[in-house]
Amino acid sequence: MIHYADVTKIYPDKSIALRDISFFMGKGEFVSLVGKSGAGKTTLLKLLLGEEKPTQGEIFFDDIAVHEIRSSHLPELRRSMGMVFQDYKLLDSKTAFANVAYVMEVMGLDEQTIARDVAEVLDIVGLAERSNHYPWQLSGGEKQRVAIARALIHRPLVIVADEPTGNLDPYHSREIVDLLLKINELGTTVLLATHDREIVNRLKKRVLTLVDGRITRDDPHGKFVL
Amino acid sequence: MRDRSSTGAALIVMTIALFVVSSLYIFHNMSSFIVEELENSVDISAYFTETATEEDISQVRQLLAQRQDVQSVEYVSKEQAFERFVQTHQQDRVLLEPLEAVGQNPFLASLNIKAKNPENFAAIAEYLGTASFASLIETVDFFNRAPVIDQIIAVTASIRAGAAAVIAILSFIAALVAFNTIRLTIYNSRKEVEIMRLVGASNMFIRGPFLVQGVLVGIAASVITLLLLLLASLLVGGRVESFTGFSLGSFVLSQFFVLLLLELAVGITLGLASSTIAIRRYLKV
Repeated sequence: MIHYADVTKIYPDKSIALRDISFFMGKGEFVSLVGKSGAGKTTLLKLLLGEEKPTQGEIFFDDIAVHEIRSSHLPELRRSMGMVFQDYKLLDSKTAFANVAYVMEVMGLDEQTIARDVAEVLDIVGLAERSNHYPWQLSGGEKQRVAIARALIHRPLVIVADEPTGNLDPYHSREIVDLLLKINELGTTVLLATHDREIVNRLKKRVLTLVDGRITRDDPHGKFVL
Repeated sequence: MRDRSSTGAALIVMTIALFVVSSLYIFHNMSSFIVEELENSVDISAYFTETATEEDISQVRQLLAQRQDVQSVEYVSKEQAFERFVQTHQQDRVLLEPLEAVGQNPFLASLNIKAKNPENFAAIAEYLGTASFASLIETVDFFNRAPVIDQIIAVTASIRAGAAAVIAILSFIAALVAFNTIRLTIYNSRKEVEIMRLVGASNMFIRGPFLVQGVLVGIAASVITLLLLLLASLLVGGRVESFTGFSLGSFVLSQFFVLLLLELAVGITLGLASSTIAIRRYLKV
């Protein structure tokens, strides 16, 4: 499903963010990408989203060559992924419902389908009763759950989560990770970038360890080891 | 409409820009009007001797009227000249008393000649001095007023050139201000656009609303500007007319569709161009 082949990323200021990254991620897998801040986790995810281009190497998402994708095809690529970020990236002027519905509006779906699916997904993430609240009325954990609902709504092939618990307390962090696990159990591939040791150790899923831009370990049922 | 306050600011600035452009268009026309009035007020007069008959003067008049550079020739008889003087100075006894004391009409018959162009006066004056009927002419007052006429020609040329330059510079400044305000409006939406890009919205889906907003702001500003111009012509039109003779209200009404088209063209182009450039620059879309 996701394949990185000898990927290197060097920024214009000559800083090397990633070196010779190679790994394969299959459909339905749950992979944690761990490393200290600055190890290259976010860069690795940006390459997958087409936000950046690799200096060397190839990246494949299914049969799409992401490393040479044209910018006009990027929207289509991103619609097959669901993204969750540390800072939630919710629209403050829209309710929880509208934030989730937005993705389906972008895809041009009809109002009836949107109403039905959004209600269902908000129920999955446990926010059915908060759907009319604005982001500033929600807790950090609730905001992240809205973000996850938005990431899920269009049934993406993969959920890419970049430090989703970075701004949350341990209790809410656990909730979010449990939600991601639940989504994975339903069949969605999950790629989680995190520097939270406790989360990774609880998950007991495959762990890719990044140190100074290189993958130093790839454990099928790994622990957080740096 | 996204972000009402930014859009409101863009609308206000665009309206000001269009008002400046329209005002300058009106000013250009007004200055042309004043210049033409100035040029038309200049004439030269040829005064005939006491012995010149009406028939002689009428022949000279015909010869002058045939010239390409002459616009009109007006005959003022001795009697008419006398009447005009009395009428003009009827309140001024100091000027009228000597006239009564003389007991006879001291004025000479004359032809008042208007040229098609102020530059033609010199040639006409020379003709009057060298033509076959030159002996019938007592005096030609052009040479006394030549410096004034030359000055008027120079001033009107400067006004025309100056007005064009002012129009160009101020229009450019107004457009730049409107452009930057719209750019700011789009810049304020960058967070929303980033999210739209990340969830897979197409470039047109992202661009479209901003482009439409740019066009709508241009149209709305055009309508408001036109209303403001009508209001301004109502409020100050009277004063402008009494000072310059230029009827602002009539001009705005007669040029209504020209002004509307001018504003729509400038407003929509500016709105669209600003949005397009800002989207490309700030939103990488």
